[in-house]
Amino acid sequence: MKKVFERTKGLTEIPMRYCPGCGHGIVHRLIAEAIEEMGLIYKTILIGPVGCSVFADEYFNTDAIQGAHGRGPAIATGMKRIKPECLVVSYQGDGDLASIGMAETIHSANRAENISIIFINNAIYGMTGGQMAPTTLLGMKATTCPYGRTVEANGYPFKMCELLSVLEGSCYLERTSVHAPANVLKTKKAIKKAFTYQLEGRGFTMVEILSPCPTDWAMTPLQAIERIKNEMIPYFPLGVYKSPDPKAKLVPVTVGG
Amino acid sequence: MAERMLMKGNEALAEGAIRAGCRFFAGYPITPQNEIPEYMSWRLPEHGGTFIQAESEVAAINMLFGAASCGARVMTSSSGPGISLKQEGISYCAGALVPILYANVVRGGPGLGNIAPSQGDYFQATRGGGHGDYRVFCMAPASVTELANFPRICYEVAFKYRIPSMILADGLLGQMMEPVEFDFDPIDPKALAEPDWVLGVNENNRQRRVVKSYDLRPGKMEEFNFKLEKILDKVVKNEIRFESFNTDDAELILTGYGTAARVCKSAMALARKEGMKVGLIRPITLWPFPKKAFSDIADRVKKFLVLEMSLGQYVEDVQLSVLGKADIKLHKRPAGGIPTTEEVFELIKELLGKG
Repeated sequence: MKKVFERTKGLTEIPMRYCPGCGHGIVHRLIAEAIEEMGLIYKTILIGPVGCSVFADEYFNTDAIQGAHGRGPAIATGMKRIKPECLVVSYQGDGDLASIGMAETIHSANRAENISIIFINNAIYGMTGGQMAPTTLLGMKATTCPYGRTVEANGYPFKMCELLSVLEGSCYLERTSVHAPANVLKTKKAIKKAFTYQLEGRGFTMVEILSPCPTDWAMTPLQAIERIKNEMIPYFPLGVYKSPDPKAKLVPVTVGG
Repeated sequence: MAERMLMKGNEALAEGAIRAGCRFFAGYPITPQNEIPEYMSWRLPEHGGTFIQAESEVAAINMLFGAASCGARVMTSSSGPGISLKQEGISYCAGALVPILYANVVRGGPGLGNIAPSQGDYFQATRGGGHGDYRVFCMAPASVTELANFPRICYEVAFKYRIPSMILADGLLGQMMEPVEFDFDPIDPKALAEPDWVLGVNENNRQRRVVKSYDLRPGKMEEFNFKLEKILDKVVKNEIRFESFNTDDAELILTGYGTAARVCKSAMALARKEGMKVGLIRPITLWPFPKKAFSDIADRVKKFLVLEMSLGQYVEDVQLSVLGKADIKLHKRPAGGIPTTEEVFELIKELLGKG
């Protein structure tokens, strides 16, 4: 029998704990396949966040660290300055990246740190039971906005790709999703681009991935996919928000820089 | 190595850390320690090191966590309010067994307080400081030359036991200028062997490495805490440092750390000139605390005078060590009050009935 698909060597054998219909499992696989195909497993360092993917260090077959909530970009900064030859990846959720970690996100982009952030935007706090996130949509219900998010009470959902795109230090920003096979494939391409640009020393890279959370959205997996299609994408348009100038002179990344 | 330089305390600390192998500093401005990041900003690049003025003290401590997990000798510094901000990050380093060095140049508190020297952060420094059960190796210099030489000891202990280490100074020590003599040859961190827990390129198909401070499996975090306790017990056994003066025939023991110890020393000298039998015990490590040194002396000497620039934090460790065997009087000057030799001398005379 011909083998047409197998588990990527970028993942360990440990079974993932994610809920049925969760996007984390998909994105973990894409990252792992990307680093395997690019021959980077041996020099990737994965930074796991606080949130449902706190256990990310168990799933990737790479060196890894688990960092404080929101601080991934700062941890990545320290790591990349000491080991610039490594591929440093900060895997973060929306609370991690856009709430408690907002300053670290913005400043690491502003410093043009050669790191890659994989930002899972599921518009909710998953691990802690479904509280409102910085990217929770207006009108969407969560345990801390039980009547639905309003501007008066909670402000607007953050559009992170847009926000970071005005910073000169950000080199590549793309928003994708994993709600349908075509989008899953595009997400993988975006991840590979981010990693390539990092290793070329072009600056800060981020892929924002719209992802379902059926459990805390109180939906079935199929309903969750529909929400991404009909509610999230209109507010968070997919696409490239920043691209590196192909003629840009590459600055070699060295220790001490 | 016999060169003597006149240096400001903060700068001596930075220079000492670099000579001890520090090659990564992330920090943030706060009075009275701004000379530390400023010095690092030009001196570190001269050694091929990295200086980052981080967006906050929180970001800085997390940069350290990342850089140290990749094997660098790292340092940050701040004063009270900034050290408070760093506590979560320090707890992460303690829980993940990542060695770091940080310095607190203490000012008056609580809150914004003032920018004058104080010793009001003792509890924070000696009881872990952040959440969870851990301790950090804590040294209290009392001179600029000690500020210069203690980072080397701190890095040694930090890497030997994989615990955070800190230097507890104050605004007076940080700002004063004194001659500095280094008691060690500069250390080249590239010449040191990389520990087997450091993250990075996996050249030889080794087992992959994970730096983390959590374990949610039932019973495992309790297990880790007992493992950490064993490590800390070894530090207590091997790394206590203190000095004592004139204790053999003393009728009264002065005690304090850092700047307070200097004042005690001067007051002791004054008292001795007048024929009063006064001794001094000065802890150099605040954690681990030299409990036995106090306990032994308290068998013979029944009067202790504690001097501290706080409302009374260090005195509790003295009480715990003396265990009721002697009377302990506390003289406190919190939040910017600087005790003088004369006022301590007056207290000595009172306590010895010579007032």
